[in-house]
Amino acid sequence: MVLVLNEEQQMLKDAARDFLQERAPVSQLRELRDSSNSEGFSRALWTEMVEMGWSAILIPEKFGGLGYGYTGMGIVLEESGRTLTSSPLLGTATIGVAAIATYGSEEQCVSILPAVVNGRHLLALACDESGQHNPEHVSTQAVETHTGYRINGRKIAVLDGHIADTFIVSVRTGKGISLFLVPVDSSGVSVEQYPLLDTHFAADLRFDQVAVGKDQLLGELNGGLAMLEKILDVGRIGASSEMLGIAQEAFERTMEYLKERKQFGVLIGSFQSLQHRAAHLFGEIEMCKSLVIKALHELDENSGGNAELASLTKAMLCKTAHLATTEAIQMHGGIGMTDEFDIGFFLKRCKILESLYGDHYYHLDRFARLRGY
Amino acid sequence: MGFYVTNPDPFRHKVRDWLEVNCPESMRQPYRSEADLCWGGRNCKFQNKDQKLWLQRMVSKGWTVPTWPTEYGGGGLDREQTKTLNEEMARIHARPPLESFGISMLGPALLKFGTNELKQQHLPPIARGEIRWAQGYSEPNAGSDLASLQARAEDKGDHYLVNGTKVWTSYGELGDWMFCLVRTDFEAKKHAGISFVLFDMNAPGITIRPIKLISGNSPFTEIFMEDLRVEKNQVVGDINKGWTVAKYLLTHEREMIGGSGLSRAGSIPISKVAVAVLGMENGILSNTMLRTDIAHFEMDEFCLELNTERARDKVKAGVSLGAASSMFKYYGTELNKRRFELLMAINGSDAMVWEGGESRSGYLPKTWLRSKGNSIEGGTSEIQLNIVAKRILRLP
Ligand SMILES: Cc1cc2nc3c(=O)[nH]c(=O)nc-3n(C[C@H](O)[C@H](O)[C@H](O)COP(=O)(O)OP(=O)(O)OC[C@H]3O[C@@H](n4cnc5c(N)ncnc54)[C@H](O)[C@@H]3O)c2cc1C
Repeated sequence: MVLVLNEEQQMLKDAARDFLQERAPVSQLRELRDSSNSEGFSRALWTEMVEMGWSAILIPEKFGGLGYGYTGMGIVLEESGRTLTSSPLLGTATIGVAAIATYGSEEQCVSILPAVVNGRHLLALACDESGQHNPEHVSTQAVETHTGYRINGRKIAVLDGHIADTFIVSVRTGKGISLFLVPVDSSGVSVEQYPLLDTHFAADLRFDQVAVGKDQLLGELNGGLAMLEKILDVGRIGASSEMLGIAQEAFERTMEYLKERKQFGVLIGSFQSLQHRAAHLFGEIEMCKSLVIKALHELDENSGGNAELASLTKAMLCKTAHLATTEAIQMHGGIGMTDEFDIGFFLKRCKILESLYGDHYYHLDRFARLRGY
Repeated sequence: MGFYVTNPDPFRHKVRDWLEVNCPESMRQPYRSEADLCWGGRNCKFQNKDQKLWLQRMVSKGWTVPTWPTEYGGGGLDREQTKTLNEEMARIHARPPLESFGISMLGPALLKFGTNELKQQHLPPIARGEIRWAQGYSEPNAGSDLASLQARAEDKGDHYLVNGTKVWTSYGELGDWMFCLVRTDFEAKKHAGISFVLFDMNAPGITIRPIKLISGNSPFTEIFMEDLRVEKNQVVGDINKGWTVAKYLLTHEREMIGGSGLSRAGSIPISKVAVAVLGMENGILSNTMLRTDIAHFEMDEFCLELNTERARDKVKAGVSLGAASSMFKYYGTELNKRRFELLMAINGSDAMVWEGGESRSGYLPKTWLRSKGNSIEGGTSEIQLNIVAKRILRLP
């Protein structure tokens, strides 16, 4: 498998870029914020994305999807990183779909996936319980009843938790961890939403004596941790794709600025100290391009997953996108610090993605463990 | 990591079987000293008979230069097949049979700019490891600013007479022939008066002075040329257009030096070395601070490997590498310096021993010292960043 896009993928990329630049530019994020939109995304835009087929990219054809694979999904996510578009692409179309399409029963798939394709159903993965990401740390409990289980506990910082119709929840079940599909309207579920620093929203969830049936168990009882890691790896690589878009866009905008802004009578881009930092960053971003495409190919080809590569990718993208967005501010000087100017939005969105499902440090540690040291 | 494609592929099987039979066991071991590298040349001293045998066998297949046309002693392989050969060699940790500036630098330039006669004369001996080449670019007053070089070549009809000094010539004493930049037009602007010439280093008029490096070795030399005769049929490319050839060669040199960031086939991953030397505690490497840097390093190393692969994939799809070789050179050499800093830290006081004992003649500290030159030779890191900024990012 070569590490360049094929013609079909290149077409998807171009279409995604055209659509997003026109229908969902960065100014839209600003509008969402300034209009105090209570959901942090535009339903109308999501409908258009659904019409583009993006909710269906990962869904198998037999459930009404396109079965187009992770590489295709990653391409769209990367482009939506360039425009900082707020949408359910990552939470629902990537992570939620991967969970259900990979581990769901026939009935679960039939009841949820076609509705996702239509854009009528949204999903959210609820796994974290503390400020430091740790999928093994689960105190939310399910106790067996004669009809199924009763769930009690709390999840925090759930991506798209405020708009999801169904949650995928990690729960302790006696001998291990299990995953359950819990509809938002189940009795005993409460959702507390809040805006994040990047204008997107997240939510804390409370489960108070929530009754679920056996048919709501996703995959194997007590086998949830291994599944969760694989679902998370999809999310990590998806977030990395988005960060790749952010890094490139922030970098390109900065390069434009270096060719525009004059000080001391010359373009600031002629200063070697800036040139060298720019050239260094260019190299780092090139490395990340190779990595993301490799990680996406690996998701498509290797159903066993590749945890080591997922952690490597997330760690590197955290590092590089962070560098790109912070250097962007510095090289813009004072104007980079103003709310009026867009470059700061890249820093903010990037920070959220950096911390999502394990930051740089988390993945350095996981990578080293997986390599046996 | 699932890096090697495993689907059945007849060429891969043929290569695998051939290597299995023909690569001697001792040529599948990690390098233990400089002498493990085979450079060929007129005065080549093989370290043992396996080294010689391995070279001869690879030469017979044309696999010392797998991509070169068979008429020049190459293997005539396409990109895909070359990749397969490299992967199969890496799989059994086979050492490269031959290191040579002829292969990595002069060859590509000759293939692109050389006349048929020059190719016929010089390429096959390079492929067979018979002639060892030295690079005469730098001068005492022309380093980063290479185009300001002063070695003068005076036109004497069918030949030139060259006077000047070259410096930092790697392995100058071991070189049989030199590819060299000389000034053939003294009035033109600095880039426009340079020619790219070839000559035998045994010719009269050449004096060689060794220069000792901080590593204590002296693979470096200064070369004095006094009324050295260079035949006109040994000019590569057009007269006064040598800068074009020189730059093209540099992109290959930089790609090659950048490759030093990748771990050599057969070398042990740095985390394995660390675990063996430092041990584990509570399931992780005992030195947790060092562990973080090692993880960083291994990630960057993997990225470089992938990025090299992607660059090659792009070339196949019709896009040239060009100035991107500067990015690889910068990234790879800075990475290699980090590798040796980590190895020094892992080995602690054992790494301080210069001679004797377990130190294998101070192989590690000497290689660490040598690695500092990686970001200088072939154009410094600063120069590579300048090139990326100007050529790729188009900064003013
Ligand atoms: C191990 C080794 C092997 C070598 N082998 C060979 C060989 O076989 N053949 C050969 O011809 N040469 C060889 N060289 C020479 C090498 O190419 C030069 O040393 C190199 O190009 C730098 O030139 P210089 O030493 O004159 O340093 P200088 O050019 O004087 O540089 C000194 C410092 O100034 C910086 N600097 C210079 N110009 C700029 C600029 N425009 N912007 C920012 N910073 C700048 C440099 O980056 C460096 O840090 C070798 C060098 C080494 C270290």
